[in-house]
Amino acid sequence: MSRLSGWGRTAAVEADVLEVTSEEQVAAALAAALAPRGLGRSYGDAAQLAGGRVLDLRGLDAISPVSPDGLVTVGAGASLDALVRAVIPAGWFVPVTPGTRQVTLGGALAADVHGKNHHRDGTLGAHVTRLRVISPTGIHELTPADGERFFVHLGAMGLTGVITEATLRLLPVSTDRVLVDTERFDDLDGVMAAMVEGDHRYRYSVAWVDCAASAQRGRAILTRGDHARVDDLAGATLRPPRPARLAVPVTAPPGLLNAVSVAAFNELWFRRAPRRRVGEPQRLETFFHPLDGVRDWNRLYGPRGLVQYQFAVPDDAAETVRTAVSRLAASRVPSFLAVLKRFGAANPAPLSFPQPGWTLALDLPVGPPALPGLLDDLDALVVAAGGRVYLAKDARLAPATVRAMYPRLGDFAALAARFDPEHRLTSDLDRRLRLREG
Amino acid sequence: MDNAFGQPQTVVVLGGTSDIARAVVRRLAAARADTVVLAGRDAGALAAAAEEARDFGALQSPQVTFDATDVADAGRVVADCFAAAGREVDLVILAVGRLGHQEEDQDDPARAGEGALVNFAWPVAALAAVRRLLVAQGHGRILVMSSVAAIRVRRSAYLYGGAKAGLDRLATGLATSLAGTGVSLHLLRPGFVRTKMTAGEPEPPLTTGVEPVAEAVVRGLATGQPVIWSPPVLRWAMLVLRHLPARLWSLVMDR
Ligand SMILES: Cc1cc2nc3c(=O)[nH]c(=O)nc-3n(C[C@H](O)[C@H](O)[C@H](O)COP(=O)(O)OP(=O)(O)OC[C@H]3O[C@@H](n4cnc5c(N)ncnc54)[C@H](O)[C@@H]3O)c2cc1C
Ligand SMILES: NC(=O)c1ccc[n+]([C@@H]2O[C@H](COP(=O)([O-])OP(=O)(O)OC[C@H]3O[C@@H](n4cnc5c(N)ncnc54)[C@H](OP(=O)(O)O)[C@@H]3O)[C@@H](O)[C@H]2O)c1
Repeated sequence: MSRLSGWGRTAAVEADVLEVTSEEQVAAALAAALAPRGLGRSYGDAAQLAGGRVLDLRGLDAISPVSPDGLVTVGAGASLDALVRAVIPAGWFVPVTPGTRQVTLGGALAADVHGKNHHRDGTLGAHVTRLRVISPTGIHELTPADGERFFVHLGAMGLTGVITEATLRLLPVSTDRVLVDTERFDDLDGVMAAMVEGDHRYRYSVAWVDCAASAQRGRAILTRGDHARVDDLAGATLRPPRPARLAVPVTAPPGLLNAVSVAAFNELWFRRAPRRRVGEPQRLETFFHPLDGVRDWNRLYGPRGLVQYQFAVPDDAAETVRTAVSRLAASRVPSFLAVLKRFGAANPAPLSFPQPGWTLALDLPVGPPALPGLLDDLDALVVAAGGRVYLAKDARLAPATVRAMYPRLGDFAALAARFDPEHRLTSDLDRRLRLREG
Repeated sequence: MDNAFGQPQTVVVLGGTSDIARAVVRRLAAARADTVVLAGRDAGALAAAAEEARDFGALQSPQVTFDATDVADAGRVVADCFAAAGREVDLVILAVGRLGHQEEDQDDPARAGEGALVNFAWPVAALAAVRRLLVAQGHGRILVMSSVAAIRVRRSAYLYGGAKAGLDRLATGLATSLAGTGVSLHLLRPGFVRTKMTAGEPEPPLTTGVEPVAEAVVRGLATGQPVIWSPPVLRWAMLVLRHLPARLWSLVMDR
């Protein structure tokens, strides 16, 4: 038995972890109930099974050569970090990257992850040309032409089968820099208007919003950009990202992150940003993965860990974003800068999170007694707005709420049962939210 | 499953009609507990407690009847509760207890023995069954209702206090036996609480109603406290009181 949790370090459990390095081992393991696991970067209980079997897929880490038109076949256990390192020197980049490279391809597809380019490039799943999935009913080779049998695995949180391999179409790049435009806004309305007006001109866009309970609540820093071309820069390079240079060696004492320390951090962060700057070349890892520079930063949240609350609401519910920010500030639950983004079109995957409109993500320390109730209230607002919460980040939703947020859960469960009639693919997330019950 | 805030979904209560347990269940049902199995000896009172659990948010609250003087039946009771839950159990609350009447019971072998069955023997047997089922699940938590009366036994309630002391010490041992199993145990040590058990008894200082106890339990479940005191100050008070010389202890506590 080993002790396991998600990135939020909440609800840790004992589980029996089985490391696999071949498809035969995956197929054999599927004779009994299990939860697939990659790098454990989902925040909650998606990649664990208390008292049960967890299948560690990091050993399926092969990466093929890249074809001239940018296709690469990758083992589901390979990390996006390894993939970027392998392909960047030849001028390729991943078409979509989450805020950390320390995720496996399998985990990223199981969550159908999005990046700062969702408004124009969709989720990572949109760039997959072929999936290999092993379920109790056999080995499945699938392409987007297979329709729902292909899409059901994207965002399925490991509940339809074990993804063992995928072929992706990479993005050609000629440098390892992004040209970044930065703008600072004094309030939420200003930054939201700027995003609606101008995001379509950029491949990448994201805003950091201050949710601290101060007069400056809602102030924001908007960063947008696109890959630099060789002639944009003097001395362009194609170098792999630098590894983390800092680490948090021990778990912080409880209460380190409180309303005061977080407000001070947010203040520094805003002072550092220029009011307006155009065309600044930034390294890929600085732009996409700033948190990867500090290993184990989740330990800063102390022994009780953190939850991330990420929701999406349609455009006409922009008010929900404002209400969430002001309720959070009023509750004095300390939140580091929140991340605000615009989503583009949704895809046909029944449990995929992104839907057109806004998404806001908040990192919150577990501890303030008001937090569970505050988040339940936000759930109600999000449901009323026709929105949803991201399952890859969740550690506290209620079963009934999920059904209101994901109206296609019934379709999902029916399709999942075709790949796994005896419900062997499960997880604590599944057991808590009863996802396979539809 | 417990969520990130330590809120359970499936709860079994042994002693489901207990006033303290009901206050805890009201809070758990209002949070995430949708299945609450209640076991007790009085079917009518159980049905009322079950309805209350549903009023506060539980979707189902099946009931199991038993009598705690029948120690041999404890395994059956626990098995029935787990079966009625229909899912893996996140939390088992052991609330069975009876104060008895010290003066009348102390020279009566039948009554003294029966008190020990209800306060000690039946709980011990039930905990054995609970331990086996939860360890097989590989997760879950147990809340044992001990008492400050277990910390140092008073002349005026030594039958109850002695049996509770046995349960309290046993539970701390049981807790350590669970290391590495995924199962854990919380020991609740309330002071004097206004409930039907204590109705008519003189109220000592630091007496509370059931709500502060329930609040302490929910906080303890959220933070993973191995020992939960209510009110919390009792932890420090007992640290001093338990070391008083015997005469002084008697003078203070057995007035
Ligand atoms: C700092 C940080 C920033 C993040 N930023 C973003 C972001 O910008 N956008 C975004 O979308 N997400 C983001 N995430 C979330 C993260 O991308 C997802 O949780 C992702 O699933 C993590 O991948 P993993 O390999 O760690 O998977 P795990 O956490 O190990 O598993 C996640 C889920 O995938 C399943 N799974 C894992 N491997 C397989 C497989 N081979 N086959 C089938 N199922 C499998 C598991 O059962 C589980 O349900 C972020 C997370 C962190 C910690
Ligand atoms: N109240 C206090 O001051 C206090 C202080 C410290 C600790 N405690 C402990 O807290 C727990 C709950 O007590 P409470 O205050 O809530 O009192 P309570 O309402 O009387 O609860 C006691 C529970 O035990 C049950 N019980 C008693 N004898 C039984 C038997 N023979 N068979 C089956 N069930 C039996 C009761 O059932 P019925 O409802 O049918 O009687 C009731 O469910 C007890 O373990 C008690 O010792 C109480």
